Amino acid sequence: MDWMQFLWAFLVGGAICVIGQLMIDVLKLTPAHTMTALVVVGAIVDGIMIGKKSLYDRLIEFAGAGATVPITSFGNALVHGALQEYKLHGWIGLITGIFEVTSAGISATIIFSFIAAVLFRPKG
Amino acid sequence: MLAGHQTWKFVNPPVIVSTATVVGPEEGKGPLGDHFDIVHEDMTLGQDSWEKAERKLMEEAATLAIENAKLTKERVKFFVGGDLLNQIISNSFAARTLSIPYIGVFGACSTSMESLALASLIVSSGAADYAMAGTCSHNCTAEKQFRYPTEYGSQKPPTAQYTVTGAGAAVLAREGDGPVVTAATIGRVVDMGITDPFNMGAAMAPAAVDTIQAHLRDLGIEPDHYDLIVTGDLASVGYKIAVELFAKHGVPIRKTRYYDCGLMIYDLDKQPVQAGGSGCACSAVVAYGHLLKRMRAGELKRILVVATGALLSPLSYQQGESIPCIAHAVAIESGVDA
Repeated sequence: MDWMQFLWAFLVGGAICVIGQLMIDVLKLTPAHTMTALVVVGAIVDGIMIGKKSLYDRLIEFAGAGATVPITSFGNALVHGALQEYKLHGWIGLITGIFEVTSAGISATIIFSFIAAVLFRPKG
Repeated sequence: MLAGHQTWKFVNPPVIVSTATVVGPEEGKGPLGDHFDIVHEDMTLGQDSWEKAERKLMEEAATLAIENAKLTKERVKFFVGGDLLNQIISNSFAARTLSIPYIGVFGACSTSMESLALASLIVSSGAADYAMAGTCSHNCTAEKQFRYPTEYGSQKPPTAQYTVTGAGAAVLAREGDGPVVTAATIGRVVDMGITDPFNMGAAMAPAAVDTIQAHLRDLGIEPDHYDLIVTGDLASVGYKIAVELFAKHGVPIRKTRYYDCGLMIYDLDKQPVQAGGSGCACSAVVAYGHLLKRMRAGELKRILVVATGALLSPLSYQQGESIPCIAHAVAIESGVDA
């Protein structure tokens, strides 16, 4: 077992969270703005190709869950799905592919939100 | 009657014949917990929405204040009230239950003293023998309307304040026993360009200082005329700014005791309230519960309560506009020979 993998996952994942916290505290962004900004950053970083792999993929190889758990990986997955479908079906794939990889996360969100809404009465 | 530019000096000072305060669990645990008439252990008050709970706080405070004055609601001719919710529904709906002729007012958290000043004017002018002033706020309704739904669990910066869950009401009479309202200063809207709704204290401090200066100037008095001057809900951040502004403007505030209701209602070291308390009920329950009890006990003779309000709406700050603020001051005396 590579114990350094745990350390890097902890440090990289933590560093992404520090950036998010700074965006809330220093830049005074709302939590919603912070989240969407980090998704866009993840998508952009995934678009930067170094050799045959994108920068975000290399970060995942290096830090594992430290890069896949934070919200930035959602941006990464959006771009991945779109590019994958683009290669198979051309331009229309950019539209159909966006939710290709992320569908599990989005479907889970909808299903669990539904269950929570059925069981609980939020008062806000 | 009118003294200076913006102060009413009451020739027939109305008497605060009774008050009532109702609070939630966090306020009950605070240092002033014993001074409130009713402490609820349940934030919902057995209601199915936070809005209904807030309304119930107001209804209970108003009913109890009338009872304490040994009156019936028919004898209280006018009820002046307001709160923080859109279209001031808590007070309007409570007034529906009370069925007392109602004047709805909005001054954000300054509503406590705005309503007291107006009710005093009504009684002092002879327009009614009895009038009631009241206001309320609820932590969860304020969070929902001005910040985020509580279930969302959003982080708060240390400058944020904790909205007081509670309601306060005072019955004013032309004659009777109790502390009297001698003067009231209606504040101007002051806007120093602050846009952060999580730092209301800093936004409101200049308004409080402006109104206190106007009050002292209009009546030709110094701060030591009062045993105590309290602002409504500046909390730790705004209180510090206010003290600095007094020094800068040459107001000798150190001659008297100056404090803030937002710092008095909670134990800031032990309770999770960030910079301190806020909300309409903050100054209302501290003034009607704690301060007036101390006046009746003879510990305080003259006080000035300066309730501060941030006149923002969720829409105005989402559109990036700054926060206009206001403060209204009411002078209360007890056991002072005229």
